[in-house]
Amino acid sequence: MSNEATLHGHTEVAIAHGEHHDGHGEHHQTFITKYVFSQDHKMICKQFLITGMIWAIIGGLMSVLFRLQLGYPDAHFKFLEDILGSKWAKGGQIQPEFYYALVTMHGTILVFFVLTGGLSGTFANFLIPLQIGARDMASPFLNMLSYWFFFAASIVMFSSLFLATGPASGGWTSYAPLSALGDANEGSKAGMDYWLIAMALFVVSSLLGGLNYISTILNMRTKGMSMTRLPLTIWAILFTAILGVLSFPVLLSGFILLLFDRHAGTSFYLSDIFLSETGKALSNEGGSAILYQHLFWFLGHPEVYIIILPAMGLVSEVMAVNARKPIFGYMAMVGSLFAITILAFLVWAHHMFVTGLNPFLGSVFVLLTLLIAVPSAIKVFNWLTTLWRGNIRFTPAMLFAIGFVSTFISGGLTGIFLGNSTLDIQLHDTYFVVAHFHIVMGVSGILGMFAGIYHWYPKMYGRYMNNTLAYIHFWVTFVGAYLIFWPMHYEGLAGMPRRYMDYSNWISFNQFGGLNRFISTVAMITFAVQLLFIFNFFYSMFKGRRVMTRNPWGSTTLEWTAPIRPGHGNWPGEIPEVHRWPYDYSKDGREFIPQTEPLGAGESTH
Amino acid sequence: MSTFFLLLILLLGFLITFQIAKASEYVGVLKGEKKNFEQHNRINGFLMIVFLVLGLIGVYWCNELFKGRILGESASKHGEEIDKMLYITIAITGVVFVATQILLFWFAYKYQYSEKRKAHYFPHDNRLEVIWTVVPAIALTVLVGFGLFYWFRITGDAPQDAMQIEVTGKQFGWIFRYPGKDGVFGKKYYQNISDKDNNQLGLIWDDAATHDDIVVGNEMYCVVNKPVKLIIGSRDVIHDVGLVYFRQKMDAVPGTPTTMWFVPKFTTDEMKKKLGNPDFEYEISCDQMCGRGHYTMRGIVKVVTEDEYKLWLAKQKPNYASVMQDKAPAVPAGAAPADSTKTTAAIIK
Repeated sequence: MSNEATLHGHTEVAIAHGEHHDGHGEHHQTFITKYVFSQDHKMICKQFLITGMIWAIIGGLMSVLFRLQLGYPDAHFKFLEDILGSKWAKGGQIQPEFYYALVTMHGTILVFFVLTGGLSGTFANFLIPLQIGARDMASPFLNMLSYWFFFAASIVMFSSLFLATGPASGGWTSYAPLSALGDANEGSKAGMDYWLIAMALFVVSSLLGGLNYISTILNMRTKGMSMTRLPLTIWAILFTAILGVLSFPVLLSGFILLLFDRHAGTSFYLSDIFLSETGKALSNEGGSAILYQHLFWFLGHPEVYIIILPAMGLVSEVMAVNARKPIFGYMAMVGSLFAITILAFLVWAHHMFVTGLNPFLGSVFVLLTLLIAVPSAIKVFNWLTTLWRGNIRFTPAMLFAIGFVSTFISGGLTGIFLGNSTLDIQLHDTYFVVAHFHIVMGVSGILGMFAGIYHWYPKMYGRYMNNTLAYIHFWVTFVGAYLIFWPMHYEGLAGMPRRYMDYSNWISFNQFGGLNRFISTVAMITFAVQLLFIFNFFYSMFKGRRVMTRNPWGSTTLEWTAPIRPGHGNWPGEIPEVHRWPYDYSKDGREFIPQTEPLGAGESTH
Repeated sequence: MSTFFLLLILLLGFLITFQIAKASEYVGVLKGEKKNFEQHNRINGFLMIVFLVLGLIGVYWCNELFKGRILGESASKHGEEIDKMLYITIAITGVVFVATQILLFWFAYKYQYSEKRKAHYFPHDNRLEVIWTVVPAIALTVLVGFGLFYWFRITGDAPQDAMQIEVTGKQFGWIFRYPGKDGVFGKKYYQNISDKDNNQLGLIWDDAATHDDIVVGNEMYCVVNKPVKLIIGSRDVIHDVGLVYFRQKMDAVPGTPTTMWFVPKFTTDEMKKKLGNPDFEYEISCDQMCGRGHYTMRGIVKVVTEDEYKLWLAKQKPNYASVMQDKAPAVPAGAAPADSTKTTAAIIK
């Protein structure tokens, strides 16, 4: 609904209205070059977004299946056997191998394919050229390759679901030796090879994308767009890309060593192993299973910031636009992003406090981990102050942005529990961890992504999404997320381990049967409402109300100076020049001042 | 059939929601976009404050509902320190949680759009930034200070008189070894492991120290109020010795022994009375994903009095003795498995 457009229509005078028949770059395009092997960053963005959405449905559906098991461990769901066959769902009951395959794939898909590929891929591609004032990425060709490597990774990962021995099932972290030995775990047979190959392709995609993002941001900003005039979205994406470029290769090295252990008889991670399954002792000696964890978490921890930083950027931008106020403490926001980026590399071993890690080393990681709470706190207080004395429009994007801040606070605070090694002894690998990372990374990440989608949808497709559906989507998702994950903290405080498919035989953990059923029910409802969003997204693409003005949200940034449906090259004619920072909202009695407007006589910079 | 109906109902629900959504968009156009926007904004602003109030009540209610189910008093001395740390952390983060959530939703509600209001141009304020850098830093210093104090006490060396038990994880169960009368664990080498020959841990029979080692499965006995040190390992993949009531946890890593120690405060019988649950046992849960049977990997710790422990111990037969007994009828005595070449055997101490 472009009530905002009407509302702020009077501010539109500076910008020319009307249809834009810029054929720039659109000529001689075949279906293949325009929609498939496109080198236009806007099309690549949509490819990432839609692939990510497909993955999100698959990953979400998996969580519905295993929540069914957790909520009703004794029930027989006949239809499951019909769909999945008797190997995975014998008699309508999910089998352990399948349960572990589901949780493993759910984690892998959501963390990497949705919240890394889907989130960064979408918004880095869409916003970088449009917000810095560039015609396209530094290398459109590499950018295209980045998507197609992602696509290839998706195909390989998806194929693994249909293997006779099932997909990988050693957890999304795939700790060795479990992941190295097919005889120890059904999913560590062919499924693990597919998983490793898919992840290797994914890393390549991420590197191609990341290098491109960094070089574009550093080199291709339009005239006047100094680094301190960049919107916070771009800063966040820049730091995200740097994190990815520096940490993904380490993960890849870990995976390659794992492949060697699996197929070349090496002993990087293997030592002193006897398998009951075969009744034989392996010949491998001298390896360290813990080495894998170091290599994995050296990416694994930055990875959570790779997910949350872009969401932070999107939220900062959406919040400033809709509170009609400058983001509070721009330099502090950039500084805290920088601090988080640096610290992200120095905290990985807090995932390993109870692996037998030297307690002194552990204490160093405690200190560095809790240090991250300082820049995080700065960001939260700055968002709160941005809302203070604003004039807030609750667009769907704004609701999601506010929801993001709420879940980021909740999940961030429980991080202070887990980063403290003393408490981690009790809480490690319990539902407290599940609750923590789902709220702070999963839910916050996806809320930030929704904020971005709702906010920039008019720019992407030239149409609006349905607002009523969006409001239903927000409130059910937001309330549902809290209902699902908040009570899990209590299960975790009781020491209830994660990755169990049935707790009924445990004296210490069987007191939560009713709670588990409740959580499962809410999870299914929340999942169903996501389908409503998917429907809204595709329906509005064709039937949504048309955007009639270039700048429907009354925003200062450059993307809203481009035509409603920008062609390849983004701006017909000259790229606009930038004269001010992107947050001049409600300054000097004016509702907003676009970045392209020169400073008035005697006007102060922010 | 019921599945079919469920799907049908779901589909119907979607259709209805969609029709309402479409209709409300038309109504919006009729009403005028400005009016429509203001109405939506008021509803969502109101929902913000509703969410805040119901949310805080929900948090309180959830706590009332579950606080009785989260284990209660710790059964080990270390656990008391962990609980203290937990309460300090809950107190500090609890205040921050309530304060920031109230501010967030209150601001959203209070500063919702109004035609009369002008947003306040307020780009930065260094004094405020310093405050919310320094205050969290101080709070975190307190938490790090307490945390590391307890951490080093818990992970410090076990007392000299601690009783030693070796714990080995396997898919999917636990094996415990007691050093026997000599108080020394005999040497072992994983290539010697053979479930068939009743040598689950791969003990080297050439080492006389193994001859009195007692190996038992699934139930571990220890003495109340006496420090116990676990030497933890694994035969195959990574497992984790999780002892919820003692608030202890340590990974079992193949090839790399780890340790942990604690002092149990109550015997199993005392806990049964305390909790009013005659079926109570101290359970060992595997807390590291280890394969298809991960969720069934249950062990039991029996905490008993000194006398009961001695009685139990006296009934146990060393692994060596039972192996020799099994072999005796078939093989002449003294033909122990020849493994003298393995001089580099892993030594567990």
